[in-house]
Amino acid sequence: MKALLQARGLRLAFGGVKAADGIDLDVMEGEFLAIIGPNGAGKTTFINMTTGYLRPQGGTITYDGTEITGRRPREIVRRGIARSFQLPQLFSEHTVEENAALAIAAREGIWSPLAPLLRPAWQEEARELLGRFGLLPLAGQRADALNEGTRKLADIAMAVALKPRLLLMDEPTSGVAASEKMAVVETLARVLRDARVTAVFVEHDMDVVERFADRVAVWSQGKIAALGPPARILADPAVQRDVIGIERPATPGGVAAHA
Amino acid sequence: MTLPRIELLLALLGAAAMVLAAMATPWMKFVLTIALAKGIAVLGIMLLLRAGQVSFGHALYVALGAYAVAFLAPALPDAALLLPAAALVTTIAGTIIGLFVSRYREIFFGMLNLALSMVFYSMLEKFYHYTKGTDGIRVPSLGVAGLQLDRVTYEWTVFGTALALAFCFGLFARVYLASPMGQALAAIKTRETRLDFMGVSSRNVLLAAYVLSAMMAGCAGALIAMTSRHVTPLLSYWTASGELVFIAILGGAGGVLGPFLGAVAYELVRVYAAATVADMWQMILGAVLLLVILFARGGIWGLVSVRLQRRRTA
Ligand SMILES: Nc1ncnc2c1ncn2[C@@H]1O[C@H](COP(=O)(O)OP(=O)(O)O)[C@@H](O)[C@H]1O
Ligand SMILES: [Mg+2]
Repeated sequence: MKALLQARGLRLAFGGVKAADGIDLDVMEGEFLAIIGPNGAGKTTFINMTTGYLRPQGGTITYDGTEITGRRPREIVRRGIARSFQLPQLFSEHTVEENAALAIAAREGIWSPLAPLLRPAWQEEARELLGRFGLLPLAGQRADALNEGTRKLADIAMAVALKPRLLLMDEPTSGVAASEKMAVVETLARVLRDARVTAVFVEHDMDVVERFADRVAVWSQGKIAALGPPARILADPAVQRDVIGIERPATPGGVAAHA
Repeated sequence: MTLPRIELLLALLGAAAMVLAAMATPWMKFVLTIALAKGIAVLGIMLLLRAGQVSFGHALYVALGAYAVAFLAPALPDAALLLPAAALVTTIAGTIIGLFVSRYREIFFGMLNLALSMVFYSMLEKFYHYTKGTDGIRVPSLGVAGLQLDRVTYEWTVFGTALALAFCFGLFARVYLASPMGQALAAIKTRETRLDFMGVSSRNVLLAAYVLSAMMAGCAGALIAMTSRHVTPLLSYWTASGELVFIAILGGAGGVLGPFLGAVAYELVRVYAAATVADMWQMILGAVLLLVILFARGGIWGLVSVRLQRRRTA
């Protein structure tokens, strides 16, 4: 299997805070890679650098054999890297369906001033996409009328609509009700596998990580503290103490690790 | 009946009412021609408002279109050629200036447009040798498509052209706003960064609307020059830009009829106020603006469309 994305020595500091302090990471074609780690560890910063929102102060990012370090978000998206956001970034005055259609338009070419956005082909695709995410009943609602969980899903659906090869998701399940979480991730994983999308996702729920990640990267103070298959990483006492213990104090394992 | 149908019906009724008014009272023809021209310019401003951007300098393009007519008229004394010429000149100017201002948002966008319009204003004033300064330039009598018309026929022709242009631009704006490019304007207002992360240049989306708005303002200026037959630097003074924004708010930015409703209401009130309570005109303007902002955010069109929708659901 080849690496689709390669990060080498990524470095970025905000004032004295080292949000990225020498990040080396290979994302393999077709894998689901989970990123875990405490708040402020630099997980979002990694996604921001990869998608061109932030320019690293040092290091390189290579995607599919081409260096993309410091390129603009627009160019990086066109190469096949899409992202969803920790805080959903929807067009709040548009309906859910129009949000999806705008993403489809962005992919297919937005520069048509005479045909409507909701042309039959795009409307159909948008509805099909929303259906896969269980959002079809909300298609006609304005995006700002959604609750947090569905906003999150709509946000991810828009990224998926771009038909990326690599999708970076920042906390896709935060805000999704605990009772629905597994079903949502199940659906999402199926959509991504069907479309052969390589996925990197930041996740705080270790059950989700365990079940859906092929590999886990543990972020800590701008560094990758551990990397490997979930079974090994999640069992690591240091990871349990530093990451899981904080994130999941209610589980017996977490409490035991603390004690 | 669907709202688009009703909108079309209202537009046709409005056009018929204007023709009748112009037939009944000759000076109305002039007032309504000016109102339609300003409505066209405001339609362009409305495109930018969809993106949340307010230009306080679009009188620049109105004046540019008007001066293009005045400058070219001696060599090209035909309205059918001058109108496209003014559209071309303002499209070019709008593209050049747009490449620059489309980088900016909100107050910076508004003020940059204002600054550029004031630069243009002072150029018109200062280069007396070419522009005759504040005296302005008289536009010679023009033919239309090779025909020399008598005064009344000429006035009707310009009025009819304004009406036809208003209709075509209104129709185009409707289609444009429903298209991906138009919908992306509203996306700029609510979540511009997302557009970038979808691979869309929000700057180009705004630029396209800006060039269109400049061209529409240019056509408005050409019509104003053709009907008033006199252009002065005041056309590009900042109060003229403010007037366009005022009309946009008065008429409402929610539909393409808004700019025209606003412009006709504005011009009529202005004419009557000037005749009856000349010294209170500014006060009336201020009070109306206050009322619209406090009680009718959607402007006149907002009030009308709410009525219509209620009737449909009732
Ligand atoms: N744009 C920014 N400006 C200043 N500081 C930032 C910025 N982005 C992130 N940081 C800081 O960098 C550190 C890592 O942030 P982030 O990558 O968001 O962490 P995580 O997503 O792991 O919670 C934090 O201390 C955060 O305050
Ligand atoms: Mg984060």
